[in-house]
Amino acid sequence: MATTAVEQPHPHSGAHARATGVWSWITTVDHKRIGILYGVTAFFFFLLGGLEALLMRWQLGAPDNTFVSPDVYNQLFTMHGTTMIFLGVMPLSAMFFNFMIPLQIGARDVAFPRLNAFSYWVFLVGGLLLNSSFLLNAAPNAGWFGYANLTSKQFSPGLNVDFWVIGLQILGVASLAAAVNFFVTIVNLRCHGMRMMRMPMFVWMSLITQVLLLLAFPVITVALILLMVDRFFGTSFFIPAGGGDPVLWQHLFWIFGHPEVYILILPAFGIISEILPVFSRKPLFGYAAMVFSGALIAFLGFGVWSHHMFATGMGPVADTVFGLATMLIAIPTGVKIFNWIGTVWGGSLRLKTPMYFALGFIAMFIIGGLSGIMHSVPPADLQQTDTYFVVAHFHYVLFGGSVLALLGGAYYWFPKMFGRVLGEGLGKLHFWLTFIGMNLTFFPMHFLGLNGMPRRVYTYPEGLGFELWNRIETAGSLVLGASFLVFIYNIIRSRHHIAPADPWEGGTLEWSIPSPPQEFNFPALPTVYSRDPLWEQRRTHGAAPEPTRVSGQGIHLPNPSFWPIVTALGIAVFFVGFLLGVNLWVILAGGGITALGIFSWAFEPAG
Amino acid sequence: MRIPPAARRRLGRLAPLLGLVLLVLAGCAENYPQTTLAPKGDFARAVDTLFRSTVWWAAGVFVLVEGVLLFAIFKYRERPGGPEASQFHGNALLEVIWTIIPATILVFIAIPTVRTIFRTAEPPPGDPLVIEVIGHQWWWEFRYPEFNITTASEMYVPVGRPVDLRMRTADVLHSFWIPQLAAKRDVFYGRDNRLWFTAEEAGVFSGQCAEFCGIQHGRMAHRVIAAAPADFDAWVARMSAASAPVPVFDGDSLALAGQALFATRACVGCHALRAVDPPPGLVGPNLANIGGRLTIAAGSLPNTDANLARWLRNPQEYKQGVLMPNLGLSEDDIRALVAYLRTQRVATLPPALAATP
Amino acid sequence: MSHDSAHAIPIETTTGLDSRKLAIWAFIGSECLFFASLISTYLVYKGKSLVGPFPHEAWTSPTGQEFEPILQIPLVTTGTALLLFSSFFVVMALAGAQRGDRRALLGWLGATIFCGVFFVGMQVYEFYHFVHEGLGYTTNLFGSTFYTLTGFHGTHVTIGLIWLLTIWILGLRGKLPPDKSLNLEIAALYWHFVDVVWIVIFPVVYLMR
Repeated sequence: MATTAVEQPHPHSGAHARATGVWSWITTVDHKRIGILYGVTAFFFFLLGGLEALLMRWQLGAPDNTFVSPDVYNQLFTMHGTTMIFLGVMPLSAMFFNFMIPLQIGARDVAFPRLNAFSYWVFLVGGLLLNSSFLLNAAPNAGWFGYANLTSKQFSPGLNVDFWVIGLQILGVASLAAAVNFFVTIVNLRCHGMRMMRMPMFVWMSLITQVLLLLAFPVITVALILLMVDRFFGTSFFIPAGGGDPVLWQHLFWIFGHPEVYILILPAFGIISEILPVFSRKPLFGYAAMVFSGALIAFLGFGVWSHHMFATGMGPVADTVFGLATMLIAIPTGVKIFNWIGTVWGGSLRLKTPMYFALGFIAMFIIGGLSGIMHSVPPADLQQTDTYFVVAHFHYVLFGGSVLALLGGAYYWFPKMFGRVLGEGLGKLHFWLTFIGMNLTFFPMHFLGLNGMPRRVYTYPEGLGFELWNRIETAGSLVLGASFLVFIYNIIRSRHHIAPADPWEGGTLEWSIPSPPQEFNFPALPTVYSRDPLWEQRRTHGAAPEPTRVSGQGIHLPNPSFWPIVTALGIAVFFVGFLLGVNLWVILAGGGITALGIFSWAFEPAG
Repeated sequence: MRIPPAARRRLGRLAPLLGLVLLVLAGCAENYPQTTLAPKGDFARAVDTLFRSTVWWAAGVFVLVEGVLLFAIFKYRERPGGPEASQFHGNALLEVIWTIIPATILVFIAIPTVRTIFRTAEPPPGDPLVIEVIGHQWWWEFRYPEFNITTASEMYVPVGRPVDLRMRTADVLHSFWIPQLAAKRDVFYGRDNRLWFTAEEAGVFSGQCAEFCGIQHGRMAHRVIAAAPADFDAWVARMSAASAPVPVFDGDSLALAGQALFATRACVGCHALRAVDPPPGLVGPNLANIGGRLTIAAGSLPNTDANLARWLRNPQEYKQGVLMPNLGLSEDDIRALVAYLRTQRVATLPPALAATP
Repeated sequence: MSHDSAHAIPIETTTGLDSRKLAIWAFIGSECLFFASLISTYLVYKGKSLVGPFPHEAWTSPTGQEFEPILQIPLVTTGTALLLFSSFFVVMALAGAQRGDRRALLGWLGATIFCGVFFVGMQVYEFYHFVHEGLGYTTNLFGSTFYTLTGFHGTHVTIGLIWLLTIWILGLRGKLPPDKSLNLEIAALYWHFVDVVWIVIFPVVYLMR
């Protein structure tokens, strides 16, 4: 380990009065502010995705319904999936990566604060671009996995798929930049004494997620490039008439797509592993097993992609290999579930709202995991794939899994982030509406799928027996919608309830500083001697007093910068040039702005 | 209203359990014509047997694990004066046990899985009936090389004889799904995907395209009609004889008018009315026997005069985006065409199957 | 002691490595998958072109036009050799920077850049020649995969050259003392990576039949 550097007084540091105003947010490089930016933006997009879902459910509430046209429906389901994954769950996880990782590892910020800001602005730009397509009635409409050759220019002549390709490409830049940042942060900025096997489990799961991001996103980048040149320049990567093979798209997409679902769930695993010990008043059961099972799930996750392709006729050997590999992943996943139960077992459970969501997560994730095992059987999957059975499976793991965990994390960390506590009564109401709503909405989908309803259909006829379950699901979706209204109301009302530094008697470092933290996080960087350092402290020295806010004089913080947003805009302009019929001037202008941004960033005076 | 935590948890647990019970009951084919849970073909049956075994394992694991979770929540919830939390960190033996037990269960699932994969990957012995399946946006074409018959949307197969489907697409990816007989397989351009099945009993089986293929993916359905061998042979004989449109009786002036319209308006440019040796390169479904089919608009509308008229009035109204344009037909034109198309009937459903939709 | 040169005050790190070095390694790991996907696509479509011109075989078009095998191995081998040498040169430049030898830095780094420019120049010439010979981007799968793969690699080389040139100018103005040599080291790591990728592409595209 490097020797301790002495922090010299610096002309820029003084009493850190919090800068306010729009410009301070535009130029912020503070991980906490960036986390809030991610959270607010992602929550907005999540609600948009939810609205898309409600519209879909309304259309499906009756057979042969004409509430929306088939074209609009196809835009809705494509954008619902794309939005929830790339603009909802991923950036909500990024909110927690941003806010909590430096706090949990005892650091002042991430390794590259300006790169962090850059990631957020690129995400914002990508999300806005993707959704701006609605204004042209040209929202992406070929499904969130955009199978070739439906996505070729011949069969999708409009701008819809172009928006999708360009939007996702931009979002990929954001994800990749953030992944480099958090990977280095976790590896390199841990405080004294925090060995890898002493890191909070949320940090571990986040680290593994960053590795998955680094390795999976380049593959979809290439797939999108190939689709883009097919559409814009007339190549035949996925065009059968030119010798291309649409199945190549499926392989490239799913080599990204399967690790992507682990990117969506591992942070959730991490959050649950934070909440359960605190509200059970005992340590996480099987820490090492949790680390290794998480790593194993990620590793194996690169070897199962063709289980999305069992109906393509790959042959019995390929089906067998991918089926067995998929079954294998169930083992470390089961290990995690059992370890969580082991954490709860023998504890003294405080059934507060975060704990409700954490326990609900376990219950729902078990269901999603079991339907996943059913899918892993290739012959059985030949009935289940492309039906509502799959829709049920992934909503149980993504909603019952990721979303419940993110909501639990929101209740758990809201006090730290905003200095306010969310109401318990409203929180529990929120939970029950969510729990009941999601089961009403998604459980009947198992039946619909097995009884013959395919997915991505804008309507269904009478006489197939689909009406009753669809009506129930539509009702369930309204309950889910209501649950989010309760959540928003809870957030608004919370402004009256001030939070202490440690409302939950937590064990990890973020609870040792004021709520919300001061800009520099820790007055003095801590040293840890165990996992759950605050519990260690409580055992040996008793509960710590409420930390006071200090002046922060002498603490060096990175300067705000305006080049990240400039560079992000440059990238946006560059890609928009392609959208405008490969307009060379716009592309070059975008490249120029990006280059200007990068050079200015690199040569900005050190601060 | 305060519901005690115990009852609340039980409520939460009950819903999915109830669902599982309903799942078993849910497979009644009369209520769900497109169900996967009432197989009537050997392929679907093999798949269903395998699937049911996984359901039992899953149900068992579900009850056990959720049960332990719920028990733990009740037993260890914080109570005033209750015991403190036990500060244990883990247990290596438990880790081993709960790694090995799931692995063992998976072995019990994996073995029949691999057996079924390889069994269903082989063509059946004997003399299968080859049917070419071609997916189009948004209808299915069926060709019988053995009999030189081309038809669309309704596939007749004989009960008890293996059927060998050779499937491809003419445009984008589709997936041919016939739940009660043969599960599904995606179709690609330029190479055939194969699927084999033998229908075990006579019946009309519904299916739908199962790979998103564009704006009307939701209305791309089909029927597979399994007929007793004698009935199937009769169908083949009648369709084989249909080497020209059915001639119209001289006195039927309305149908004669329709026949004239069919020949002079755009119809004949896209549709053939004969099943044998139809002109190649037509983009519309083959309409031989259109008068006797169960459904129109790719299996999505019952074949009644009213529906036929509705379709002809404006196909875009019912199936926006479909390749058949609004021909701007007058009501008289439509009446005539409907009458004409009704006369194009060479084979009707075997009486034994007439009751089914 | 680790050193973060972008900031005036050194920041301590857990591993002792500068964060920027870790970052470039993480980025390189990601880029490996990027090029692996492009190379896999090339291999999947190798030999599957419906029409010529082809890389290693002659072809006569349906209209009777004759095409020779289109790859020019000797020229590309020369470029490859120069690219490989450039990796050695940049190591020497880095050694010079680390001991404060400005002349060594500028000389060896200049040689690196020269080799890189020659490589890119060779590729530009090659692309121009191929198009002239009838192999366009959309002519066949070989054209599409070849130009995409080598084009993206060439773009990476070009970005590397801009980066190295910027450092060379910094060195010229005396702004690259030994305690800032990490800047060159990171660029050199990127440069080595770009070289290694070519070491895979060259046999796969040019030598394998």
